[in-house]
Amino acid sequence: MSECIKIKNGLNIQLTGEANKLLSDLPLPEVFAIKPSEFTGISPKILVKPGDEVLAGSPLFFDKNNEFIIFCSPVSGEIIEVVRAEKRKLLEIKILADKEIKYLDLGKSNPAELSRDGIIDALLKGGLWPLIRQRPFGIIANHTEIPKSIFISAFDTNPLAPDIDFIMQGENQETFQTGLNAIIKLTNGNTHLNINGAKETASIFRNSRGVIINKFSGPHPAGNIGVQINHIDPINKGEVVWYLNPQDVLVIGKLFSEGRYDASRIIALTGSQVSSPKYYKTVIGTSVKSILNDGGLKAGENRIISGNVLSGSQIQEDGFLGYYDTQITVIPEGHESEFMGWLAPGLEKFSMSRTFFSWLNSKKKYNLNTNLHGEERPFVVTGQYEKVFPMDIYPVQLLKSILIEDIEMMEQLGIYEVVEEDFALCEFVCTSKIKSQEIIKRGIEIIQKELN
Amino acid sequence: MLLRKLLDKLKPDFEKGGKLEKFYPAFNAFETFLFVPDHTTASKGAHVRDAIDLKRTMVLVILSLIPCLLFGMWNVGYQHHLAFGISDSTIIDNFIFGAIKVLPIVIVSYISGLTVEFIFAIIRKHTINEGFLVSGMLIPLVMPVDVPLWMVAVSTVFAVIIGKEVFGGTGMNILNPALTARAFLFFAYPTKISGNEVWINTSPEDGKQVVDAYSGATPLGDAAAGLADKIPGIWESFIGIIPGSIGETSALACLIGAAILLYTGIGSWRIMLSVFVGGYIMALIFNLFGLNTLMQISPLHHLVLGGFAFGAIFMATDPVSGAQTNTGKYIYGFLIGLFAILFRVFNPAYPEGMMLSILFMNVMAPLIDHYVVAGNIKRRLKRSNFKQHA
Repeated sequence: MSECIKIKNGLNIQLTGEANKLLSDLPLPEVFAIKPSEFTGISPKILVKPGDEVLAGSPLFFDKNNEFIIFCSPVSGEIIEVVRAEKRKLLEIKILADKEIKYLDLGKSNPAELSRDGIIDALLKGGLWPLIRQRPFGIIANHTEIPKSIFISAFDTNPLAPDIDFIMQGENQETFQTGLNAIIKLTNGNTHLNINGAKETASIFRNSRGVIINKFSGPHPAGNIGVQINHIDPINKGEVVWYLNPQDVLVIGKLFSEGRYDASRIIALTGSQVSSPKYYKTVIGTSVKSILNDGGLKAGENRIISGNVLSGSQIQEDGFLGYYDTQITVIPEGHESEFMGWLAPGLEKFSMSRTFFSWLNSKKKYNLNTNLHGEERPFVVTGQYEKVFPMDIYPVQLLKSILIEDIEMMEQLGIYEVVEEDFALCEFVCTSKIKSQEIIKRGIEIIQKELN
Repeated sequence: MLLRKLLDKLKPDFEKGGKLEKFYPAFNAFETFLFVPDHTTASKGAHVRDAIDLKRTMVLVILSLIPCLLFGMWNVGYQHHLAFGISDSTIIDNFIFGAIKVLPIVIVSYISGLTVEFIFAIIRKHTINEGFLVSGMLIPLVMPVDVPLWMVAVSTVFAVIIGKEVFGGTGMNILNPALTARAFLFFAYPTKISGNEVWINTSPEDGKQVVDAYSGATPLGDAAAGLADKIPGIWESFIGIIPGSIGETSALACLIGAAILLYTGIGSWRIMLSVFVGGYIMALIFNLFGLNTLMQISPLHHLVLGGFAFGAIFMATDPVSGAQTNTGKYIYGFLIGLFAILFRVFNPAYPEGMMLSILFMNVMAPLIDHYVVAGNIKRRLKRSNFKQHA
């Protein structure tokens, strides 16, 4: 095992509402949905209509730009609704699930005996390909390319993030290894499994074979895949790195060992507005309603987030969990204006700086709401982003190059190495309240347009 | 709350379509001054935010300037009474005399500057930024006590318009606005900001005359004139019981401000540290030659004389006009310190080099950053070329 890579720059945001290490026995929710709009860059062509019966693993839609990439139903049941926005943009395909999930038989195989093409073929046909994403851009991997390496982050350092070691503790080592055996073959380079160096990780990770296990320690964003790639095998122009979530390695493992698309996922319900935050076993695309009811929401106006508070997306109470998300966070909205708030001592306010007296108590956990705490301003303060940005990239300069749409400059300053979530902490700490993630998203769109 | 209700009642008049729509930036400035707004985060991205904003930041900078302001007021009174040989004036007497002289300068600076800010915000329909809250305090502190109030107003207006607004307002300026005001005064009315006449208030006191030993010169003025024996000792200079601009004389008060800025994380320790290191090294080099009085002043003594400490802590660290990259900050600060002492020694007409040194490096800061960032680009390019050839 290699030595521990220490991340120095970063920030742990201590929030109340961490999930208790309890796996709820709540039965599966009734409705599931796949949201084509959350896969950036694809143009979906739908294959089903309301009333159709599907099995877990039946195709729902494919990408018109790349017809090999199909998206399958995570459960069996009946298509009940296809939700579209203006100009018929496909938003959601809702499926009413059977009590007992029935699986389409995709055929077992041993990845060790398959060629690279055979594995890719199986993943594409089984509808599992979208689980594998690529950098640059954080989009679904292009199966015609060969990545220089593959990354799996086995820990999450985001605020209130689920404990992946807890999630994986009951899982089958062999299934995980089968998944890894398939993934390893997708690259000519190394497959990196990055674990938390600060604690004893789940045995399923420690006993993994065929991968390089790297230890990372330090504050958030040490668990972010972008930071790990930047430290181990940074992306240069023209190179691609693929990455996926550890739970999805299991999904891939089950495809080969059981011959079916078992999209099971353990997720965490977290946040200060949840009465009893804990873990739930469900399936990709789960509706959050019954989970929220089970966990219990506190009174008041709440914001429900699919994902974490730094880079997640707001959803409605009857909404669905994002395809790649393993966390639901509920926090209070912050609509009240505060009298002379900029002058108050601020014992209950969280800040990276020591400009509020809350620094007196560094162990305190905070109940943060969605208030911006100020108005948006031009860039004024310097050196702030660098304190939470542990990559060899100049964050402010990169953002400015995007604002002036200087494509050459964006490339030179490292646009290929970052996605929105890498700037989440910059956005959090920003005195000027600049929406860095939105700017990065725009930068990625500009570059993608330029490359096509 | 009554105030909130009143604002909510007035708000529609200032919003789009309201009869006072044009004055929305002014209304918004007052509203957000009274209340941190109810704005919430977007539905995608960071849903929670750090409690800090620009208002909080600026308020803390002003707080860090208060020791300099208070000491400056006292010192104005002390120097005045000293000049007239009045030895029985108490701390309170000195302070009150100083406050009467200094507060009008502060008020004029704020009123003239904020008026220009409001006019620009209304004409250009942008929100009023907090930047001037700090500039408005810095300007009086770098003025001599006897500066005519109308000159304070003119130089402040010049600084806000030419130093800031023509570049697009807060965050866009190249030069430090407060130093722009001082530089304007220096070049437009040199007799009011240099020489031996302006640093101590000598308005007549009960028909008394200034004492014989009175010269009115600052220590650096004396040094430039070669009067080595008239330069106050290092402790006197450190505490700041010397003539000079209102807020700059006490290195001790500046250091208290520095402690606040550094502890809260607002000021850049990289810049502060490297300015002092740069100044120290330059003074040390001059000591080796020791050709004149200014060259003979010990390095530590140089750092507590004149506006060096004040400039290092409050002016050089302005994030907008300074270097922005961490590596750049070391270079930028070091050169400010170096040039400040260099200008002191080689510019007999104006022995205070800090202002010009910082303004010069303000102009150079983007160049420094350019080369630092170019280094990063080169590293990235090298990494990818290495890969291709391997």
